[in-house]
Amino acid sequence: MTYDVIVVGAGPAGSSAALMAARAGLSVVLLERGPYPGSKNVYGGVVYGRVLDDVLPGWWEEVPVQRWVTRRSTMVLTGTQALTVDFRSGAWGQAPYNGCTTLRSDFDGWLAGKAVEAGAQLVTSTVATGLIREAGRVVGVRTDRPDGDLRATVVIAADGVNSLLAKELGLLPKTDPKHLTLGVKEVLSLPKDVIDERFGVRGEEGVDVEILGCTRGIAGGGFVYTNRDTLSVGVVVSVDGLAKSEVRPEQLVADLKAHPAIAPWVQGAEVKEYSAHLIPEGGYDHLPQLHAPGFLLTGDAAGLCLAAGIWLEGVNFAIGSGLAAGRAAAAHVLGGAELSSYRKDLESSFVLQDHKRLRKAPALVLSDRVQQRYPQLIADLVEGLFTVTNPTAKPGAISLLRGAAKRNGVKLRHLAADGLAGGRTFR
Amino acid sequence: MTWDGISFEDRMETVEFRVGERPHIVVDSDICRSCTTKACVTACPANLFAPTSDGGILFNYEQCFECGTCYQVCDSDGALSWTYPDGGHGVVFRSG
Repeated sequence: MTYDVIVVGAGPAGSSAALMAARAGLSVVLLERGPYPGSKNVYGGVVYGRVLDDVLPGWWEEVPVQRWVTRRSTMVLTGTQALTVDFRSGAWGQAPYNGCTTLRSDFDGWLAGKAVEAGAQLVTSTVATGLIREAGRVVGVRTDRPDGDLRATVVIAADGVNSLLAKELGLLPKTDPKHLTLGVKEVLSLPKDVIDERFGVRGEEGVDVEILGCTRGIAGGGFVYTNRDTLSVGVVVSVDGLAKSEVRPEQLVADLKAHPAIAPWVQGAEVKEYSAHLIPEGGYDHLPQLHAPGFLLTGDAAGLCLAAGIWLEGVNFAIGSGLAAGRAAAAHVLGGAELSSYRKDLESSFVLQDHKRLRKAPALVLSDRVQQRYPQLIADLVEGLFTVTNPTAKPGAISLLRGAAKRNGVKLRHLAADGLAGGRTFR
Repeated sequence: MTWDGISFEDRMETVEFRVGERPHIVVDSDICRSCTTKACVTACPANLFAPTSDGGILFNYEQCFECGTCYQVCDSDGALSWTYPDGGHGVVFRSG
């Protein structure tokens, strides 16, 4: 069979690419190795849908939402302490909304359905086992179906973080444990009214909690997201750090659930599903080459997850890059434009602008002091501020900071340097 | 091994696997014998790598998340051959 475009992987990137290519009138096949879109996919929990406004107007009326995130908390945990910065917005609970929790088996299927409505052919339970190449150009894929070779003018690889197709072309290194993290998640069942009560929300309102300092010093963090009648709770840790720690991943999730600040939220909840997935967190400085003759790389396969501390976004970057890949493929097939227009398109959109601006964030966020020293330092400082020391007079804030820094092995010049680096990184 | 009141077996029971006939990951235990770290044993979130008494590794592909952690942490070239399960097989996440 011959198509204009083969898209490998019906996740958010692949379905977005298929949608744009099909809308441009191209013949498109969308391959998915799982029995349904989303069946191989795991994420934390939140989709930020603004990227869909232009392509699927009013998407929020029909997206398979669990809850709309109206409350965001950032927590710093130590063994016995917790500091939370908590923000709520009424605006996020109304159209056009900001972010929603959704499950990937629902969301990915919904988005793939949009590609199918636009004319793409979705073929599930089919693995693209390799590329067909002729004269230095990708001209198709081999599949594990009988007589399964498919040919196309453009192959779009949206085959995820392990992209075997990009590795076959040498665009991705075979292994890269320093720039990958492992996400481990439990979905926990609780009645909706119990979740509403414990998290202080109502109706379709939901909460997004990001956590630093809960991973035994292994670079990473934790999360809690509210779904309708489940919670998604888990940790994300550096693959390299995890391997060296010899700590088992589910033990880190158990630690988080047992923390005095988290345990009351998850008390009595039953594990509904346990899951794990790799995340590409290298950022802009470790992006692969995004195109080759006849070939485009998009979504996680292209390393386009934004892991920048307070911003942890992936699905929106997958969609943004997938849409651009679909547009580039259409311009190539219909007008003979170079596939390199894909990179230029991404550079002019939020996808690479955000990544470029925050290129130093992954290293800073995962650095030793941020991970291993600052959570305790900050918690000690705040505990010092709020502990009433009568009859001794209150210590000054600077004195408390000096004491907390000293106890945690941090020199004030390091604090100043990291503060400056943070300022530059997030400017 | 029990953490948090749920045994690892019960934890894995929550996940659906449509087990294919072909093992999609194959471990060359001869190579593993010379490996000093055996990082796969602790890092695999599905706990599928078991050290054997002769210093090798026993691997069970049936409850694999297909996450790729094992080959990312593997120090021994050629010890792991890693592919995806055949189409429609392997892990099927419902709440990913």
